[in-house]
Amino acid sequence: MIQMKISPKERLAIQRQLMPEQDALERAHNFAEVNLGFPEQLALLEAQRCIQCKDPKCVNGCPVRVNIPRFIKFVAEGNLQEAARSLLGDNALPGVTGRVCPQETQCEAECIRGLKGKPVAIGYLERYVADWAFQNANGLKQAPAAPTGKKVAVVGAGPAGLTAAGELAKQGHSVTIYEALHQPGGVLVYGIPEFRLPKKIVDLEVQRLQEAGVEIECNVVIGRTYTLNELRAKFDAIFIGNGAGLPVFMNVPGENFKGVYSANEYLTRVNLMAAYDFPQADTPVLIGKRVAVLGGGNVAMDSARTAKRLGADASMIIYRRTRKEMPARAEEVHHAEQEGIQFEFLVAPVEVLGNDKKWVTGLKCIRMQLGEPDASGRRSPVPIPGSEFVLDCDIVVVAIGTRANPLLTATCPELKLNKRGNIEADENGMTSLPGVFAGGDIVRGAATVILAMGDGKRAAQSIGDYLKAKVG
Amino acid sequence: MHRIVSKTRLSPNVTRLDVEARRIAEIRQPGQFVIIRRAPKAERIPLTIADTNPVAGTISLVIQSVGKSTQDLVAMEVGQAIQDISGPLGMPTELIESGRALCIGGGVGTAVVHPIAQGLHQREVPVISVIGGRSKEWVIFEEELRRLGEVVVCTDDGSYGRKGFVTDAAKDILTAGGITIVYAVGPVPMMRAVTNLTRSFGVHTVVSLNPIMVDGTGMCGGCRVDVGGETKFACVDGPEFDGHKVNFDLLADRLSTYRTHEQSSLDRHDHNCRIGLGK
Ligand SMILES: Cc1cc2nc3c(=O)[nH]c(=O)nc-3n(C[C@H](O)[C@H](O)[C@H](O)COP(=O)(O)OP(=O)(O)OC[C@H]3O[C@@H](n4cnc5c(N)ncnc54)[C@H](O)[C@@H]3O)c2cc1C
Ligand SMILES: Cc1cc2nc3c(=O)[nH]c(=O)nc-3n(C[C@H](O)[C@H](O)[C@H](O)COP(=O)(O)OP(=O)(O)OC[C@H]3O[C@@H](n4cnc5c(N)ncnc54)[C@H](O)[C@@H]3O)c2cc1C
Ligand code: SF4
Ligand code: SF4
Ligand code: FES
Repeated sequence: MIQMKISPKERLAIQRQLMPEQDALERAHNFAEVNLGFPEQLALLEAQRCIQCKDPKCVNGCPVRVNIPRFIKFVAEGNLQEAARSLLGDNALPGVTGRVCPQETQCEAECIRGLKGKPVAIGYLERYVADWAFQNANGLKQAPAAPTGKKVAVVGAGPAGLTAAGELAKQGHSVTIYEALHQPGGVLVYGIPEFRLPKKIVDLEVQRLQEAGVEIECNVVIGRTYTLNELRAKFDAIFIGNGAGLPVFMNVPGENFKGVYSANEYLTRVNLMAAYDFPQADTPVLIGKRVAVLGGGNVAMDSARTAKRLGADASMIIYRRTRKEMPARAEEVHHAEQEGIQFEFLVAPVEVLGNDKKWVTGLKCIRMQLGEPDASGRRSPVPIPGSEFVLDCDIVVVAIGTRANPLLTATCPELKLNKRGNIEADENGMTSLPGVFAGGDIVRGAATVILAMGDGKRAAQSIGDYLKAKVG
Repeated sequence: MHRIVSKTRLSPNVTRLDVEARRIAEIRQPGQFVIIRRAPKAERIPLTIADTNPVAGTISLVIQSVGKSTQDLVAMEVGQAIQDISGPLGMPTELIESGRALCIGGGVGTAVVHPIAQGLHQREVPVISVIGGRSKEWVIFEEELRRLGEVVVCTDDGSYGRKGFVTDAAKDILTAGGITIVYAVGPVPMMRAVTNLTRSFGVHTVVSLNPIMVDGTGMCGGCRVDVGGETKFACVDGPEFDGHKVNFDLLADRLSTYRTHEQSSLDRHDHNCRIGLGK
């Protein structure tokens, strides 16, 4: 489709297009995707808002430096084939990042159009192009690279591992991913719910990698099924992207009552194991009338919105700071509010209360106030003495963070870790062991999908250099 | 996919399946388990590796049918395949190198004790096993354990072996002396009773805990147990712990979390089976 030329003035006059979404009251009772995606017309209009900066600031905001103006220009010209080529060249999982990146603090935060008015909806456009690419996959297939004869193992099929594997396959290495669970995707399939990121999208991204030659072996737990040293003997290099999958609990009395879940367990049951479909699916999950979710990040939002969809009358976010400090994506907070999630700010849990049968009946909380800024400049919450109160609830979901899972690292003491148990890696992803690279949450602590992908991509580049330099 | 190569009924509700899983068969150690997912939409459930045949590349699962997942599993036939098996999971048993071990198995727990006795036998540690069941037909793994040492069988009704609970026989053996360590696996009340007994004798006792699990890699925390006042994740820190430190009340309580779900799952299952039969 040929676009008519538009003047800069006309361009600037276009308002940011709104993402069509499922009605809030309706969607609060189903697991279908909230955002419906741009129709062609809106995508073209939105793409025309980009003024194609010579020095595009938006790119600096993107951890993997997607060439944003280039792919948007192709969208504006109606050339989706080239838009997809351009985007996929920079970003292995655009269907995922277009949906879950915190754009408002990354690419869109830097967009020049945001200085006066609203930034270009880069994430929505990225999603638009990615979804087009799924529909038109055949035209986008790339010829496989000449095989190098080198073998690389990747531990974990989360965003870090998938990205690293894709890049390594592009370089012509033979790549095998070992994944502990029965399905690849990491947090993308067990954590982030269907209503934000349909499993289908992850499957399609994974399929694309498999078609590019990446082998994925599920149900293999490195540290148990194979040790890291066994992999080192069999492969020329290794990338570790096993995530930060160890839930942190609150350490308060009553935490083991029936009805207290880690967010990981709650979301895994519902997402990966499809407990929302019980008894069609075999895995159960407790359905609460009043659900209290502790935390203020994406994980907390996802848990609270999941509880609502499972049928909770009241689904509450309990956060010890204020709205301003909540680390969740702005869109998720907005959607949660629309769906009727309640927010309790400046509140911290003290004890989980239970009945004589040890079922959760409530949460004893204390009110907080923000104290003086600490070394990091953040005002830390301090309890207000005597302000305890009881919040009635029958399910508590703990979403206050995760730590490094020691399962793999405990079996390889030579691998250097930091104090918190995270693997130490330099800016190229290289660890203390030759030929072993790492990235994503296992290095950074819980971070974001795109940072994990950036790590995977950089590590793949340095693995390529390492393999070239390696004799034999 | 993991093909079932043989199926044997061991007792009225316990079935043994030998299943292809070469890597696991080659490297598993006593005390370790697998998590299986029979088919799409099925649950992930933990099962101990009761025995292996590294040459054939198979592992033996000994399954007590208690609910939908285990019933569906034992309804599978030779030649059919299990979708997913991951493992070997958990920490291997801490096996003593010298002394004399008492292995106590109750019900399906006898199959879980078997690899432990095997490991001890390999280390030339003398093993005496006490195993129990409701009545004769419920006693399993007697022959396998006899190959590894002396076996005392107890039945509740006295239809076979000694009449009474495993704890009665264990008490006599402990009184006679010379036991360095006790390994006990069975229903929670049995393990609790054994640990109460061995505490009075001051004999170190290892138990294998069976909380509800999901991933088996330490990711969900659903399998948390209280050992000596500390929270442990049974799938990665265990499943075996010092029995004298385990909070059995908490374990039993958390195991009841999904009782109403399990019932509804089973009712529906039975209903479907009946419909199926009517066709
Ligand atoms: C509920 C939730 C919502 C989130 N929402 C967002 C969001 O909206 N936007 C955003 O940017 N970020 C979000 N995040 C954070 C983001 O998902 C993570 O930062 C990202 O997934 C990290 O990627 P990773 O590849 O390092 O690890 P993971 O995604 O954790 O993947 C690690 C993989 O390794 C496997 N593994 C672990 N141990 C082993 C082993 N020993 N052997 C073999 N395999 C192993 C795991 O099973 C898993 O599949 C969210 C996180 C959660 C939990
Ligand atoms: C490390 C480990 C090793 C195990 N090894 C074996 C084994 O070798 N053979 C075997 O038959 N079973 C074993 N189990 C127990 C087995 O996993 C459960 O019996 C099974 O998950 C029940 O699933 P279901 O759907 O059939 O029953 P459900 O419908 O889930 O439960 C039916 C009944 O069993 C109880 N139950 C639920 N989960 C468990 C559990 N994990 N342990 C005990 N009772 C439970 C419930 O309270 C309920 O009353 C092991 C468990 C663990 C944690
Ligand atoms: S990957 Fe994320 S940060 Fe980068 S351009 Fe896409 S949406 Fe923006
Ligand atoms: S900064 Fe904004 S307007 Fe400029 S190129 Fe990037 S997206 Fe387009
Ligand atoms: S089963 Fe999930 S942490 Fe143990």
